[in-house]
Amino acid sequence: MNPILSIQNIRRDFKMGEETVHALRGVSFDIYPGEFVTIMGTSGSGKSTMLNILGCMDKPTSGQYILDGEHTEKLKRDALARIRSQKLGFVFQSYNLLSRTTAIENVELPLLYNSKISAAERHRRAIEALKMVGLESRMNHVPNQLSGGQQQRVAIARALVNDPVIILADEATGNLDTRTSYEIMMIFQELNRQGKTIAFVTHEPDIATFSGRTITLRDGLLKKDVKNETVQDAKAAFEALPPPEEFEE
Amino acid sequence: MSPLTLIKISLRALLRNRMRTFLSVLGIVIGVAAVITMVAMGEGSKKSIKEQMTAMGTNAIIIMPNRDRRGGVQMESTESLEEADVIAIRENATYINGVSPMITVGGQAIVGNNNSPTALSGVSADYLKIRNYEIEDGVMFDDQADRMAKVCVIGQTVVKNLFPEGDPIGKTIRYKSIPLKVIGTLKAKGSGDFGQDNDDVIFTPYQTVMKRFNATTNIRQIYANSIGEGYAAQATEEIMGILKERRSWTKPTDPFRVFTQEEMIQMVTSTSDMLSLVLTAIAGISLFVGGIGIMNIMYVSVTERTKEIGLRMAIGARGRDILLQFLFESVIISLLGGAIGIALGIAASETVKIAMNWPMSVSITSVIVSFGVCFATGVFFGWYPARKASRLDPIEALRFE
Repeated sequence: MNPILSIQNIRRDFKMGEETVHALRGVSFDIYPGEFVTIMGTSGSGKSTMLNILGCMDKPTSGQYILDGEHTEKLKRDALARIRSQKLGFVFQSYNLLSRTTAIENVELPLLYNSKISAAERHRRAIEALKMVGLESRMNHVPNQLSGGQQQRVAIARALVNDPVIILADEATGNLDTRTSYEIMMIFQELNRQGKTIAFVTHEPDIATFSGRTITLRDGLLKKDVKNETVQDAKAAFEALPPPEEFEE
Repeated sequence: MSPLTLIKISLRALLRNRMRTFLSVLGIVIGVAAVITMVAMGEGSKKSIKEQMTAMGTNAIIIMPNRDRRGGVQMESTESLEEADVIAIRENATYINGVSPMITVGGQAIVGNNNSPTALSGVSADYLKIRNYEIEDGVMFDDQADRMAKVCVIGQTVVKNLFPEGDPIGKTIRYKSIPLKVIGTLKAKGSGDFGQDNDDVIFTPYQTVMKRFNATTNIRQIYANSIGEGYAAQATEEIMGILKERRSWTKPTDPFRVFTQEEMIQMVTSTSDMLSLVLTAIAGISLFVGGIGIMNIMYVSVTERTKEIGLRMAIGARGRDILLQFLFESVIISLLGGAIGIALGIAASETVKIAMNWPMSVSITSVIVSFGVCFATGVFFGWYPARKASRLDPIEALRFE
């Protein structure tokens, strides 16, 4: 099987005045279709830089990045935008939904930048994506009428709507409490079971236990790349949590 | 992204900041309304001047003796006009359809206890056509039948002064003791643009003036009527040719001076053009300031929505998509301002017209040009903020707080 994503000896240098910061110092790995990979590392390990490169928002200083059979290192801004539009789905830590815009319109957003998709098709696919995250009943709510977990689910639907080859999540549970985090992880695991490839950046070790493979970066180098023998089931973990405390006024 | 979607997105963004949008639109509204009103004012005054001049006869040509200068002293020309010149022009000129001498006598017209300090004008029947006079009652005298006849045709001011009870036809007025029978009255024309009263006139056959009042064969001025607008130059040349030929004229200077009404109109309207240009320029500056207002607000909007721009880019928007989104916003502001401004400008022009009785004329050209300028303003002032937005780095933009 060919990898869906392949990086070879990726380096990324930033010029900070006189100094050059080596954020990535030659990292290589492949991700295969259907994998659920967490990328771990402390702050300064280069995981954000890695995610920006994987997300085609940044280009490596050297090395190769092949996404879905396409070399991306030499592509121009507009071509990278096309790849983001057609092959990638993003989930951010702070959801990044457009305020005062309904859930369904937020989910439709990526499809607006693909002129081949009609308004009717856009609407149909957005509803389908919202169903996958269990929010079809809230599709006409605006973000501030939704809880944090619901907002993140809308954001996941938005990442699904263009049927990407890989979903990239950046600390997607970072703003959520444990219960809600596990709920979100349930959705990611369910999507992975349906065949979606997921790369999930996190610094929380317990989140990594829900994935099939963990890549650890340190100081711009690949430190560990291990298959998880025992993948924790998010649903079971969620049910094992103590019930939420009831507050009485 | 389809234009319709872009318009929807831009409109939504604008509606989100209603007050801000309203103020930016207001800047353009004021600018455009000012331009429309100022142009209407300029056009109106020009039109009114032109109408007054037309009332005097647009095709009129006035011929009078040239003045010689000898040793710095202005002298009467040795050449004078005479009846034979009038007849020669009438018979030979092809660009002329009316010609009349004009000889005036100063004095008072008297009827009983009433008098009127009106100059007596010796003219031929063609004079009515040349100066756009019309008979109201009675008839105009005939050049041949009424040669030297003691008859006259009077304007409404004279009617008022001499015949307060009305019905002047058939009555007799005395002018320098000579009785003149009133055979016709003229329709009222009102005052001209130089303040003269066009109805304060008494017309009598020119031969009557020449023989009975002045005892001279000299004619001070000849009025002619060219066959239509735009023929003044040919008519002038032709008349000059006829006059020179009759005198076997060989000197390089012309024996007579010729004024055409067209030249006068051009002279007056060019002044008015200058004035309206200045007014329009001032109004245009306010439109420019409105455009700066748009630019300012668009810069604020781009900065404020940096994170949104980053998100849109992350999910696949190209720089061009972002550019168009912001450009549409500024163009919508400016076109909305333009449309309201045009409506307001027209309303203001009509109000001034009715309330202050000023001549105002809203020109279609100014409306179309204003709308075009608004579009250009939106694009021009929206361009830099939109380009700034389109060139943002998605990573930086997403991190923006």
